[in-house]
Amino acid sequence: MSTIKPVLAQLDKDRSNLIRALQLVQEEEGYLSDQNIRGIAEYFAIPPVEVEGVLSFYTQFRRTRPGKYIISICDGTACHIKGSKLIATWIADELNIHHGETDSQGLFTLKTVACLGCCSLAPVININGKIFGNLNRKKLMKVLKTYQQPARSGSSDSND
Amino acid sequence: MIKRLKIGIGSCGLAAGAGEVFDFFKNNVQQVEVVGVGCIGHCYAEPIIEVETEKGSVFYQKAQPTTAFLEKVINLHEYSRLIFPEERNKYELVKVTKLMGRINPVSIDEYLAQVGYQALSKALSMSATDIIKEVKQSGLRGRGGAGFSTGTKWELLHSKSVKEKVIICNADEGDPGAFMDRSLMESIPHQILEGMLIAAYATGATQLLIYCRAEYPLAVRHLKKAISQIIARKLNNLNGYEISIKIKEGAGAFVCGEETAMIHSLEGKRGTPRFRPPYPTDYGYKGLPTMINNVETFANIPIIINEGGREFARIGTSKSKGTKIFALAGDLKYTGLVEVPMGITLGEIVYQIGGAEKEQVKAVQIGGPSGGCIPAEFFDVQIDYDSLKSLGAIMGSGGLIVIGQDRCMVETARYFLDFTTRESCGKCTFCRIGTKRMLERIEKIIRGQGELDDLNFLEDLGQKTTKASLCGLGQSAPNPILTTLRYFRTEYENHIVKKQCQVLVCNALVEIYLDQEKCIECGLCIKTCPVNAISDDYVIDNEICTRCNSCVEVCPKKVITRIHGGGVRG
Repeated sequence: MSTIKPVLAQLDKDRSNLIRALQLVQEEEGYLSDQNIRGIAEYFAIPPVEVEGVLSFYTQFRRTRPGKYIISICDGTACHIKGSKLIATWIADELNIHHGETDSQGLFTLKTVACLGCCSLAPVININGKIFGNLNRKKLMKVLKTYQQPARSGSSDSND
Repeated sequence: MIKRLKIGIGSCGLAAGAGEVFDFFKNNVQQVEVVGVGCIGHCYAEPIIEVETEKGSVFYQKAQPTTAFLEKVINLHEYSRLIFPEERNKYELVKVTKLMGRINPVSIDEYLAQVGYQALSKALSMSATDIIKEVKQSGLRGRGGAGFSTGTKWELLHSKSVKEKVIICNADEGDPGAFMDRSLMESIPHQILEGMLIAAYATGATQLLIYCRAEYPLAVRHLKKAISQIIARKLNNLNGYEISIKIKEGAGAFVCGEETAMIHSLEGKRGTPRFRPPYPTDYGYKGLPTMINNVETFANIPIIINEGGREFARIGTSKSKGTKIFALAGDLKYTGLVEVPMGITLGEIVYQIGGAEKEQVKAVQIGGPSGGCIPAEFFDVQIDYDSLKSLGAIMGSGGLIVIGQDRCMVETARYFLDFTTRESCGKCTFCRIGTKRMLERIEKIIRGQGELDDLNFLEDLGQKTTKASLCGLGQSAPNPILTTLRYFRTEYENHIVKKQCQVLVCNALVEIYLDQEKCIECGLCIKTCPVNAISDDYVIDNEICTRCNSCVEVCPKKVITRIHGGGVRG
């Protein structure tokens, strides 16, 4: 909890900053643990259950530790009609994880999201902030391979 | 003779590899300046480079981060030139998006060098009531979807005689398939902020808030930078009144596009809508009178002030004025952003601007999950708020997805309903449970277990959900089902009676067939199949097969195809 204090200190204690606080803590810690929720509740002087109530409403927040790489499959309209379902199947087959799951090595977390706003490049996925578009099976497998090789993990960082 | 190079690095461009191209050019071009700009709307050609020369601009498409490509660009070679489709120039009317991709989004000086903040200074010399009069005269209606008169909204907020008032910019572009607001925020953040400042002056608002989707990090960054430039130059000082401007990121909930839900979210609460009245202009953010306008609405304001409401109203139809930006995607050639005058026909957008081929288009989905599917035979409809409504669709925020002949309309309707079911906040019973029950029926049809009576059930429950939901999400959630039932009923009936999906999309009604006579036995399909459903002698076990299509994609001779279940080919 001590680690989230400096993060929270930049916000004033007005309740309207609660969502921002949750975002900042998640950015820092990767997810929102029970302990973090108690810490945030204390900071805003509200019951922890209220914090939990708010965070569970929004899809952005995670209650479990994610993998090193978070793969978001865009399932916006354009991606959907261009085969995002197949993309999801192929990733599930390759990495053996489904929506909301993290693989046993803690490398990948898979989730399906609403639109990423890159509809003209459908179908697209987003891995840790980097977007890959116009995917077919071959291209997708190539992308996954680059993240599976630990030696080349440098290629992954977000540069949106 | 080359003045400078401009590379489009909006989200679409970056996804197509513009980041690498930009870095490469930045590092390897010494002679002239290389600058990153926003989107020019021609997404199909990304990454795009504009070469500014003394004789005008030359554009390059599908740029690569290589020395060879760089040399071609520097020498103004003919290779990979981007020639804008002529038809598109003819139908497009660029006003709001004029500066998009033309200027560096985060340079206030470049914006000022164009028409930047001229409208604001003009507005500051006018009285608040005169500004509102211009906006009313322009006939501008909210670009977020519902189409409420912007001037009337402003007037309402203006009439509240309290010290503190709030204006919120709705930048929670949640409709899947829409990216107009993202592009505007990434490319011309100052134009939006100028519109907001004018609104603040005209209505007496003291606080400006922007509620932006968390999924748009680049837009947030550009807006933040623009806000800090405004504050540094004291442009937020409106005739002696200092206005605060803040940006807040949403956390991923579609329903927060609804105004009362958005206010709750901004207050740090669950984003559930509430009953109106009281309307936000009476009781909004933290109890203060509050007005919410959409990003594109604000981007229109500087134009209205500069040219006057009467001039603005010359374009459009009798009840819908000005231009509208659409995000074109799906089954067409020229995907991207287009700005067109109200009153243009759907067909002109899809065929002439989008370059879609007539025989291949089945319908368009307009207005996102709250909108409807309009079949190709109605494409001569003029685009305005009211005529789209009469077809069962809505203008929405401007997402326009072209649906090709090879897409299944039942599956498309299921997709939208699945979205709204998941995004329902749970407050109203019909939206929470009604959508779920409809989704179950549609899934039953897709599995091949439907009965004709299910269609009546869907229509009945759809109409009830529309009536018994508090906010726009629930009220419009049945739209995709009701419109597809209205226009594509035979597709539903075929799923139910013949147990067939004509376009071979719905997996439960499809088998995978390998034509052994034409097979060259290369083994690729066997190797690729993730569930080992293909035997060594090239027979597919359709019991094991998950219809993942891997083998269909990988077969070099294209002898593996999808066929109707029960072995009916084609």
